Amino acid sequence: MNKDINAPAKQAEEVEYHVNMGPQHPSTHGVLRLCLTLEGEIIEKLEPHCGYIHRGIEKMCEKDTYQQIIHLSDRTDYVAAHMNNHAVCLLVENALQIEVPERVKYIRTIMDEMTRIQSHLLWWGCYGMDLGGMTCFFYGFRDREKILDIWEETTGARFLQSYYTPGGLMQDIHPNFQKRVKEFLKYFSKKLSDFDNILSNNVIFLERSRGVGYLSREDAINYGITGPSGRGSGFACDVRKRFPYSMYDKVDFKEILRDEGDTLARYQVRMDEMRESMHIIEQLIDNIPAGDYSAKMKPVIKLPEGEYYQRVETARGELGIYCISDGNKTPYRWKFRSPCFSNLSVLDRISRKCKIADLIAISGSLDLIIPDIDR
Amino acid sequence: MGYSRYDFTPLLHSIDQWLYSVMSPAWALIVELTLIGLAFLIFYALVGLFLVYAERKVCGFIQNRVGPNRVGKYGIFQTIADFIKLLMKELIGTKDADKLLYNIAPYIVIICSFMAIGAIPFAQGLLAIDFDIGILYIISVSSLSVIGVLLAGWSSNSKYPLIGAMRSGAQIISYELSVGLSLLTIIVLAGTMQFSKIVMAQENGWFIFKGHIPAIIAFILYVIASTAETNRGPFDLAEAESELTAGYHTEYSGIKFAFFYLAEYMNMFIVASIAATVFLGGWMPLHIPAWNGFNVVMDYIPPVIWYFMKTAFVIYIIMLFKWTFPRLRIDHLLTLEWKYLLPINLVNILFMALIVLLGWHF
Amino acid sequence: MNIEKLKERVLSLVPDAQFEENKQFPVFIIPAAKLHELAKKLKTDEDTEFDFLFCLSGVDMVKYLMVVYHLNSIRLGHSLVLKVKTEDRENPSVDTVSDLWKTAEFHEREVFDLFGIRFNNHPNMKRIFLDDDWKGYPLRKDYIDEVNIIER
Repeated sequence: MNKDINAPAKQAEEVEYHVNMGPQHPSTHGVLRLCLTLEGEIIEKLEPHCGYIHRGIEKMCEKDTYQQIIHLSDRTDYVAAHMNNHAVCLLVENALQIEVPERVKYIRTIMDEMTRIQSHLLWWGCYGMDLGGMTCFFYGFRDREKILDIWEETTGARFLQSYYTPGGLMQDIHPNFQKRVKEFLKYFSKKLSDFDNILSNNVIFLERSRGVGYLSREDAINYGITGPSGRGSGFACDVRKRFPYSMYDKVDFKEILRDEGDTLARYQVRMDEMRESMHIIEQLIDNIPAGDYSAKMKPVIKLPEGEYYQRVETARGELGIYCISDGNKTPYRWKFRSPCFSNLSVLDRISRKCKIADLIAISGSLDLIIPDIDR
Repeated sequence: MGYSRYDFTPLLHSIDQWLYSVMSPAWALIVELTLIGLAFLIFYALVGLFLVYAERKVCGFIQNRVGPNRVGKYGIFQTIADFIKLLMKELIGTKDADKLLYNIAPYIVIICSFMAIGAIPFAQGLLAIDFDIGILYIISVSSLSVIGVLLAGWSSNSKYPLIGAMRSGAQIISYELSVGLSLLTIIVLAGTMQFSKIVMAQENGWFIFKGHIPAIIAFILYVIASTAETNRGPFDLAEAESELTAGYHTEYSGIKFAFFYLAEYMNMFIVASIAATVFLGGWMPLHIPAWNGFNVVMDYIPPVIWYFMKTAFVIYIIMLFKWTFPRLRIDHLLTLEWKYLLPINLVNILFMALIVLLGWHF
Repeated sequence: MNIEKLKERVLSLVPDAQFEENKQFPVFIIPAAKLHELAKKLKTDEDTEFDFLFCLSGVDMVKYLMVVYHLNSIRLGHSLVLKVKTEDRENPSVDTVSDLWKTAEFHEREVFDLFGIRFNNHPNMKRIFLDDDWKGYPLRKDYIDEVNIIER
């Protein structure tokens, strides 16, 4: 037997109380392991251990053609597959200087915003469940299913669609698409108030999230916290506003910002973003122009030698792709700057001196997707 | 009164007489005790099975689902199937666990809830033992289960269970106060702690109506505090699955886990029974003074049905809490008890005493 | 600041920096020894104020290893790329910038994990994804894993 285990116990006050939260834990939503050092129930220190689902996607990308990378990008942030595809497509299109048809831009923007809604719905459900309100989980998933159904009809897949291709889309939208999206918008605008009733206005929820996990604007920038988590601290980091792509410079929408910087602010930013996303879709859905669903592309894509950086705003923050091409059909180096990886780094800072229950609320409010951290 | 036609006393009395006439008194006592024990065991199992099923159906109703619907018609045999599964599962313990305490803990929890049912009056004459300190007995016995929870958490030699047990200790001990005080409010009104007398005193109106506003406040406080005492959501911090995986029973599997699970539901049943008995008249039908026709019609519904309807109503409220509210944090939980419930309770008792002294109650 | 002014500024701070043509960002190749000093100036100077390090990547160019820093200023809106090269493949090391941008702490650990570039003065220089006893650095071009990597 290991000697350390049988060694005489240290003095009680010297022993630190370590708890491993994860890799199998109901509230880490995947295989993230958080090493907690506790003082009673108060967290003194937190160390994230990642890599349980590290698949070496960046290494695989070096061996794959750009069309194949689309499918790998789905599997990083799997809840927002369309947006990851978007980043890859934009990178290739900008590098080759291809102008995609207007129709493609419209559809991509609509799809992206639907992704944002469904991703926030999934987050909302899980967040409610983390805080002990099991019912939220079912409400969130019930409405998310409706979006997945619409996608299934058009893209043939519910989860990992790989719908975008460099230059356009895999196939045209289904004839029912516009009708069903409008039906969904009508349905969902009513349901959002349900969400407020069951969670947002609940006293217990407000008590548990207000003032918990404060993240200042300076810290948000310093730690590179983007997306709704950053905007909850007043960090105007929306890529859609700062570096517009697709239709985002032509549609009217607000960048939701809050200054409180606590979990409640991050929560409210996401709730409001769902409304903004609906607003964006409403502007576009009736005006999808006719035309091709893809630009003419060569079967073998070779990017000119050089370096490219492309970012999009995913549901969790800024997804950046840094690509070095040596002129071959596969990239020389492909790096995903994933939002969750940066967002995770701040967890230690904002959850110190909090209780375990607060840590659940904080990590939930950062909306971490583990495969996006590990890649 | 009309409800006396459903009195169980003559029936039980004649069985008693017959037993004593056919065998020696010692044997008769043993046979009687065995029969009562057996009856309660069966009742316990049936209620447990039904409550688990009911909870899943209620939960499904709230969450826009159908709930269990595969095993038998409407899934009524689902819990039985689950129970068989739990029976067959391997019992896995932790290394270096305190074997004795680890094994004994689920029994302590279940015995406590088992002991409490004995004093609950299900109908006129249908109760195992009619203590003159019935309420005190039930409160003391049901609060003993915290020992089982603490032992389970501590003896598992694991970290999450320990945190869960500590939370549970703090929680049950504080909420015990509110439970006791809110029941005390009604005892002030009733002037007795004996369950049979409490029920009889509600013949011409349940206490929740008789006692004016203090009784209603006491009822609300009791439901909140007893939900917390039974470790049910939104006060389920001791198991808090999203925080502590499963809290104090993380390291239990198979039938030992089932014991904790069953005990949780039985505790819910017991607190609901007490609420029904003390506030809502127990098995006493709804009587409104001077509405004689109405009272006669009400008397035709057997007391057992009245009792179970009332209990089910309170259980439904408690289940509704669990499936609609998010969980509290431990400091909010203690704040709620010590800063709100306890002071309100104390003032409430004074009010009730005033009302009783001035004879303002019905 | 536009590209010309940024170029002027960086070259005045580090005269032996090389400017590299790139369509998107102004790119500078900085000698490893001067990186931290320059980064600190770029972050704290009011007219540059690069407060947002949005990407930090390692690259294996076979001849040398490279760390790429993508910087952006939230208030001023301009971006800049710094590159640091090191030719030592056995024991490469670069100064950390995690004291300036906290986000670098994780990203540098990732680069260390996958490229083996050690960052001096980093508070927690450990592998982040792989096991501590993992042999080799997977994203290097000469990394061999006969079991898991299929050559095409």
